[in-house]
Amino acid sequence: MSGVRVLVGTRKGAFTLTSDGRRDDWTVDGPHFGGWEIYHLTGSPADPDRLYASQSSGWFGQLIQRSDDGGKSWNPVGNDFAYAGDVGEHLWYDGTPRPWEFKRIWHLEPSRDDPDTVYAGAEDAALYVSTDGGQKWTERTALRTHPTGGAWQPGAGGMCLHTIILDPAHRDRIYVAISAAGAFRSDDAGASWLPINKGLRSGEIPDQDSEVGHCVHHITQHPSRPDTLFMQKHWDVMRSDDAGATWREVSGNLPSDFGFPIAVHAHEPETVYVVPIKSDSEHYPPEGKLRVYRSRTGGEEWEPLTAGLPQSHCYVNVLRDAMAVDTLDPCGIYFGTSGGQVYRSADGGDTWAPIVRDLPAVLSVEVQVLP
Amino acid sequence: MIRVVLPAHLKNLAQVTGEVRLDVIGPVATQRLVLDTLEARYPMLLGTIRDRQSGRRRAFVRFYACEEDLSNDPPDTPLPDEVVGGREPFIILGAMAGG
Repeated sequence: MSGVRVLVGTRKGAFTLTSDGRRDDWTVDGPHFGGWEIYHLTGSPADPDRLYASQSSGWFGQLIQRSDDGGKSWNPVGNDFAYAGDVGEHLWYDGTPRPWEFKRIWHLEPSRDDPDTVYAGAEDAALYVSTDGGQKWTERTALRTHPTGGAWQPGAGGMCLHTIILDPAHRDRIYVAISAAGAFRSDDAGASWLPINKGLRSGEIPDQDSEVGHCVHHITQHPSRPDTLFMQKHWDVMRSDDAGATWREVSGNLPSDFGFPIAVHAHEPETVYVVPIKSDSEHYPPEGKLRVYRSRTGGEEWEPLTAGLPQSHCYVNVLRDAMAVDTLDPCGIYFGTSGGQVYRSADGGDTWAPIVRDLPAVLSVEVQVLP
Repeated sequence: MIRVVLPAHLKNLAQVTGEVRLDVIGPVATQRLVLDTLEARYPMLLGTIRDRQSGRRRAFVRFYACEEDLSNDPPDTPLPDEVVGGREPFIILGAMAGG
């Protein structure tokens, strides 16, 4: 029977949660890197034993850790994230120019077919790639130096590049999303970039048709429908069926269309999951009820999934990288909360149970299916 | 021989216990030379004490020795004789802050 490994990044370390394919009984391992913030912990699709972790602290900066044995042991690799060439300036919160300044890596995205190739998304926004297992990092400068770059401003969490999608159908196509610049697509492996924000509506900016400035929280894609993208924006759940050229809102009957994560069912490309959050000033679920919402129609029509989730006095948040799906049948859904719970559903979201309840605040959740 | 005390997180990262003892090669032992020597022996510490790009001390890292705060000394200032002679350690620590 297949096994499952859930990779959890938290404010105070990394944890791995393992189970067999039934996903009922779990073994918890960790903390690794205790006391450090693990913004992202993820595995290579090409080699499940190859893991990468983004480890950082306000005191000691950024490290990247690599495991070649599925998380049993770890070694630090390269952490020299230099902005190549002219560093340039973007806009600060008050509208004044400010030089790009590296702060941390938010997201690591390993190649689909090469364990040694991995992309990294930085704050302040930049895209890096390593082709030697994380030892050396090279910036894909065309993104940061895009003509709109001088007009990018940070969101409340910083000007972070938090989403990287390596398109499964078009080898050189990459999608990224930046708070609060928006979404971008490259069709030439990062040599040039196109803002793809047409149709987004953001009350936080004066020009609704602005090419950039939209606070995209997360984007996801089903590998069988590479031109269809689902987006959780600051407000609004959005959908594109033309590789991001245009977007339309599919928030429908959600109780709130603010939120952070968004995920697609592994076997049903029109089945989408979000976790509504009351508002940008109250980062907790509406009515104190933790509900995952599922749409089986690609958006617009949503149903609350509540079985096994707290339905009173629950005021946790679920961050953008803290939801993942496995590829078993039935599809497993996982998410982690700011309260340290990691929940799992082994039946596509119908029922839920906590795997662990008392971890540090969860920053990221990924899942691997093991042979 | 210069004795260096690392904060707990960096001891774990470098996989050391207790003090680190360094033979610093150079005409004058300075903060820069000690840190260069430390990072050469423990390359996993690169970027954790000094910024990778600017080479400047990270904001929440401090340097103490002989009951003095040397954090803001120019990096090429000679270290106190007590540190150079190994009678007192060069202490690297994380600034006290919440979290």
